[in-house]
Amino acid sequence: MRETYLNSVRVNASRCTGCLICVKDCLVQAIRVRSGKAVILSDRCIDCGECIRCCPTRAMEGWADPLSELKKYKVNIALATPSFYAQFDGNVAASVIWEGLRELGFDTVFDVALAGDYISDEMERYIAHYKGPFPLISSACPAVLRLIQTKYPELVKQVLPVLAPAEAAAIYTRRETMKRLNLAPGQVGIWFISPCPAKGTNIHQSVDVAHTAVTGSFTIASIYGPLTQAIKHVQETRYEVPEAILGSSYSLSWGSWQGELESTGITDAIAAQGPEEVDELLEQISMAKLSDVRYACCYSCAGGCIGGPCVAINKYVAAKNLRVRVERRRSREGGSRESAMQRCRIIEDFPASWRYIKPLEPRPHPPLAGDFGTALEKMAEMKALDQEFPQLDCGACGAPTCKAFAEDVVRGFGKKEGCIFLRKGKEK
Amino acid sequence: MEEIYTVIPDDFERAGAASTSLKDLLKKLGLPPELIRRIAIGTYEGEMNCLIHGGGGQIRAEISPRDIRVSIEDHGPGIPDVKKAMQEGWSTASAKIRAMGFGAGMGLPNMKKVSDEMQIATQVGKGTRVTLVFHLPA
Repeated sequence: MRETYLNSVRVNASRCTGCLICVKDCLVQAIRVRSGKAVILSDRCIDCGECIRCCPTRAMEGWADPLSELKKYKVNIALATPSFYAQFDGNVAASVIWEGLRELGFDTVFDVALAGDYISDEMERYIAHYKGPFPLISSACPAVLRLIQTKYPELVKQVLPVLAPAEAAAIYTRRETMKRLNLAPGQVGIWFISPCPAKGTNIHQSVDVAHTAVTGSFTIASIYGPLTQAIKHVQETRYEVPEAILGSSYSLSWGSWQGELESTGITDAIAAQGPEEVDELLEQISMAKLSDVRYACCYSCAGGCIGGPCVAINKYVAAKNLRVRVERRRSREGGSRESAMQRCRIIEDFPASWRYIKPLEPRPHPPLAGDFGTALEKMAEMKALDQEFPQLDCGACGAPTCKAFAEDVVRGFGKKEGCIFLRKGKEK
Repeated sequence: MEEIYTVIPDDFERAGAASTSLKDLLKKLGLPPELIRRIAIGTYEGEMNCLIHGGGGQIRAEISPRDIRVSIEDHGPGIPDVKKAMQEGWSTASAKIRAMGFGAGMGLPNMKKVSDEMQIATQVGKGTRVTLVFHLPA
């Protein structure tokens, strides 16, 4: 039986004009236009959010919880990621941003970079002891993990098995809050402030843990407006704010695409950004062409998480903001990377990844048929059908290419009369 | 079923296109990922040999429920000493090709390593045909 996979991108049908731009743009060909509206094929969608970016009528939306959800919980904790901090001028103190979040209704904030200091350490150790096949691939970007599961299932074993820093942060802060305040799981809300829909999907259908400790997510874009107001209010009315407990500058740099290399100190590694480039890199890894590289970090968004489809500000400005914040924090740290990160590891029993992580499962697209013989027949049928089509990839049938449409028909997802050229030919 | 791909000489821009298409096709047929990976790597090496040494040619993939046969054929200079060509690190690639990161002398040895059977038919001045056979799991 086929499972249904959820994804976090939703089509707002009243805005969709069926223009085909997203259909053509989708890296994994997961969108079709049916009856004039875009439809997402959930089991193919990797939640990269490129369709949110390219849609001219803003009909593609990254799913997120409304802020009113906070009312359902006794205590609410916000997970503040590096990409989130990057939305604000690097000179605005993190403690002031935290106060802004409190004004919005969160009780406290946890700095994800702090979890990054532990995860980086785990990564460094794992890479040092890993014997191959190389390169190891970063597990930081959930869209990349989904791309690996569906398109490069042969690479699942090469993914470095550590928790995403935000998940580790959630596990820790949930456990501690419940213990300290004597609360039940349902009374603690842990909220991820997300730059992308993929992180949101992970909450409902995690690729890396069996049960996530995160309650829900708000997109950065959805809270940026009220938060900016709240921060202004804090700056104008408060002389002093409680100090924020923060991770190191090295883990803070994870918000941008090369930050992971900076925080782990790995040099014989490569970093790729953007869906096409990541796809190309994974293809090369799969063909064993990059076995002399130890580590590959891949981010589906150009620029890394700061370039996510659900952020509020321009990614170049965000990169600048993050650099300023990293530099400020680093100037206070002094010493080496190792010592700076070590000093931030103040929690004795921070959750270790191996206790929680589940192996990444391959999830290849289903073959044309269950048995090889039938699949071969269907393949022949598909080729014949493809030759009947005009090879113009016009998209009028709602599929991205004639080839993709031929496959849809063979799989029973469409009728070949959906091709206007075939229809016209028949009329004559 | 048979698939035929054309390899254009010195077209490094599209190098690997045939092996990528074949890989996509095999995925749709539901072969195990590891087997697909071996076939794709073997085909890619052959494709590069054909493009660099053979002056282009043709890749033919025959797919049956018993096995997958990939034959890479060119009308290039042929291989004068097959034994030598099978040695790891032995290569006749030019400095220009090496500068591009190819010509490490691993092509044929890798093809042998990933395939279940390999046959080489070659004639100096006429061309070369390398056939890779991959058995399907019963």
